Amino acid sequence: MKTAVVVFPGSNCDRDVQRAVSESMKTAVDMVWHEEENFSGQPDLVILPGGFSYGDYLRSGAMAARSPIIKAVKEHAARGGLVLGICNGFQILTETKMLPGALLPNTSLTFICSRCWVRVEQTDNKFTYGLKKGEVLQFPIAHHEGLFFLPDDDLKKLEDAGRVVFRYADPDTGKAGAEYAPNGALNGIAGICSEKGNILGLMPHPERATIPHLNGGTDGIRFWDSIAKAFKERGAC
Amino acid sequence: MDYKSAGLSDSEYKRINELLEREPNPLETQLVGVMWSEHCSYKSTKRLLKTYPSKGKYVLQGQGENAGVVDMGEGWGFAFKVESHNHPSAVAPFQGAATGVGGIIRDIIAMGARPSVSMDGLFFGDPSLKKTENLSKGIVEGIGAYGNAVGVPIVGGKTFYSPCYTDNPLVNAFSAGFVRLDKMASSQTAKKGDLAVLLGSKTGRDGIAGASFASRELDEDSKASKPQIQIGDPFEEKLLIECCMDLLDKDLIASMQDMGAAGILSSSSEIAHKSGCGIDITVEKIPLREKGMAPWEIFLSESQERMLLIVEENKLDPVFALAAHYGLDCAVVGMMTDSHRYRVYENGELIADLPTSILGDTPEVIWPSAEPANIKERIAIDPSNLKSIDPENDLLSLISCPNGRSKHGIWEQYDSMVQLHTIEGPGSPVAVVEVPETKRACLLTMEAEPNKCWTDPYMGASETMALSLRGLWISGAEILGMTNCLNFASPEAPEKFYELEQSIKGLADTCRSLDCPVVSGNVSLYNETASGQIYPTPLVVTAGLLKDRRKHLASGNAGTGDTLYIVGDLCGSLGASRYQVMKNGKPAGKTVRPDHDKEKLFRERAMKTAADGVASSGRAVAGGGIAVALANEAITSDRGINIEINSSIATEELLFSEGGARAIYAVPKEKADSFEKIWEGFPCTEIGTVGGDKFEWKDMFSVDLSKLKKAFTEGCF
Repeated sequence: MKTAVVVFPGSNCDRDVQRAVSESMKTAVDMVWHEEENFSGQPDLVILPGGFSYGDYLRSGAMAARSPIIKAVKEHAARGGLVLGICNGFQILTETKMLPGALLPNTSLTFICSRCWVRVEQTDNKFTYGLKKGEVLQFPIAHHEGLFFLPDDDLKKLEDAGRVVFRYADPDTGKAGAEYAPNGALNGIAGICSEKGNILGLMPHPERATIPHLNGGTDGIRFWDSIAKAFKERGAC
Repeated sequence: MDYKSAGLSDSEYKRINELLEREPNPLETQLVGVMWSEHCSYKSTKRLLKTYPSKGKYVLQGQGENAGVVDMGEGWGFAFKVESHNHPSAVAPFQGAATGVGGIIRDIIAMGARPSVSMDGLFFGDPSLKKTENLSKGIVEGIGAYGNAVGVPIVGGKTFYSPCYTDNPLVNAFSAGFVRLDKMASSQTAKKGDLAVLLGSKTGRDGIAGASFASRELDEDSKASKPQIQIGDPFEEKLLIECCMDLLDKDLIASMQDMGAAGILSSSSEIAHKSGCGIDITVEKIPLREKGMAPWEIFLSESQERMLLIVEENKLDPVFALAAHYGLDCAVVGMMTDSHRYRVYENGELIADLPTSILGDTPEVIWPSAEPANIKERIAIDPSNLKSIDPENDLLSLISCPNGRSKHGIWEQYDSMVQLHTIEGPGSPVAVVEVPETKRACLLTMEAEPNKCWTDPYMGASETMALSLRGLWISGAEILGMTNCLNFASPEAPEKFYELEQSIKGLADTCRSLDCPVVSGNVSLYNETASGQIYPTPLVVTAGLLKDRRKHLASGNAGTGDTLYIVGDLCGSLGASRYQVMKNGKPAGKTVRPDHDKEKLFRERAMKTAADGVASSGRAVAGGGIAVALANEAITSDRGINIEINSSIATEELLFSEGGARAIYAVPKEKADSFEKIWEGFPCTEIGTVGGDKFEWKDMFSVDLSKLKKAFTEGCF
């Protein structure tokens, strides 16, 4: 499986996700500068990493959504290729309209970096295919704009279509919902996917829960394994 | 230019005339005035700083560069430094603190290192005041906004409250980075014919003469000093980091220097002087943010996010190409010469012509020193007020008070995990970071003990330094070196100079005895306002190395059934302890007398304890004494603790006294014999066991763990 990580000016989790993916999935990871208009070779998985693309000036993800590489990312997705947006990458995906909704400032109006738990809400997509529905994973969060928002009607449609993939949860009871969201996200939504299930955006950082001797836990390994399994068993498209 | 408004004294101005054998012109007067300011020249402390031990087996670069560098092994160096941004943060908390973070990061870049971790020492005023709340909120948000965006994790720090900081908060920014030894950069390697290149932001009117601003007391006029505050742009800084890393990787830079205090002037004159060259700079080639700036404004501007690169002429094209790739401004503004002159040209006309030595070899000032008249009052301690009538209530008060409670409200606003190398982050007494691509770990402790330094600057500073070392020894780390930030009042008053002199002596003596070289640092003087002076506040950050990170002995890891020990004396001193300040409202009494022989015995045993893996958890006894150390251990281990100590020591002394080489350990039962054997020849007392859901101290108190946790995390009980 070939992975490409897009590097925007101001991305700061690009090298982290490169390390996490290459160590856990044992694959080579290409780093692609945002000014490129095409991916060299055909990646199977394109990752938009976390960070502060363009300093998050104007609006998180807004300027990056206009970068030259985005056209190639959209074409890749249209072919059924996998696109994963983490944190700022999720914000960019909503700004490009590849995923619905918007990420608004946390209700605390502060940046929050902490451990965080999410429940797997569905496994019929290219990312959580290898996980169990209802299981709770610990992925750290680190963001200032993580409040997932959609108008009521659209939110209902998203929920009805089963496109909520991760929801903030209590690790002890396994309950999930808005009351467990550290940022005020509607319905406790932490991650959503596209209609076809090949585009996933999430606020928490699975790459920070991947290297066993670091302080972020190891649940991220299960996430990367799940993507590899989906790819192997169900193919890219 | 009136030399006095350039900050020069009569005798200094006379000296300049002698050195030049003529009168300096107004621009020259301004340039020399800034370089001779306290902030740039360290003129009041240079002599004292020379007493620090500078050599050590791990030291690759000591004091005198942008940052110190120590050897982490396997081809890796570690560049680190702490620097104050006190005055700007007092006037504009958000921007002052943010640019403090940005500034210290550029010092690390200048050593060729990728900025890898940051820490912050914050000293805030009376926590009950709205003013303190506003200042601390702005400062913390500023640090977060900058550090988070630039992608350097904040892995630890120190936050301390005392009314002495109400009008004069302190912000000490620490940063560090890993560097491949063959990629280390220097500000001393420019040579004739090389070009001086400005990379990064254009130069504007922000922060003009900030160095002189930082070289005097804060007063009401300081609020009018806002133009002297710089505005930070972490996005630009992030690009600057990536561009510089790329340039270094491709060997395109001959020498480099960050632009901090006194901007273009200090960076270019330092590079010229330290490299033994001269430099010719052409004013009109400097990219400007606004029109009509006078040469002195351009040279003294402290606009942020700029680096000075020295580039060989044949490498100019790839340098410009990389700058363009990152969207950074880049301009050739001058050339290195062999003239030993600092020359400034404007439209072909020579407008300043100074020997580089006059800017680089700055004068010294020797201030008189006198023991403060009120020193007796500071050390007088009245034991009758100190009785602990209700030890449970005293303990809960100590762990819930602003200085004792969890600081998660602060550090959760900082990204502590980006860069994927944090092993132990904020909340732990010792920060632990992976050394890239190795099994090694770098450990850091940050300490400051202002109350103890107020009552006895020498002993307080000694205890501060020893505390930072003990944390590393307990973790099992070898000591690499330390950096320090010396925050003091005006050196011009003999009683205040005494505090500075004695504190430095305390640090120097302790570092020398205990084999810790001082590799970098910063001095911030004139920390006083109409309402008074700050307590002497030397802050130290000490770096240690674990060759095998699996040998790290953490705290907060006590296991059910473990035996608890205290090593070291059961009793320290209540003088200037957290308990004493809580009871009396202000610090009084001396801390314990430094005993370096005892520290060495402690060091040997603590390091063996970690290396042999005979303990599951270890923690130095610090603020709040043994009782607070045990409470913190119970809370972070999420386990109850049962203590029984038979001793005639007064309750408050036993529970809450501080100072000296002391630690608590949790030891698995089967390893107790080995543990006790290691500690033979040193006081070592078995005091209890781990288990249950209470912190119970026989004949003293029994508190539910949940109550302890609430007090610690929520600050109330």
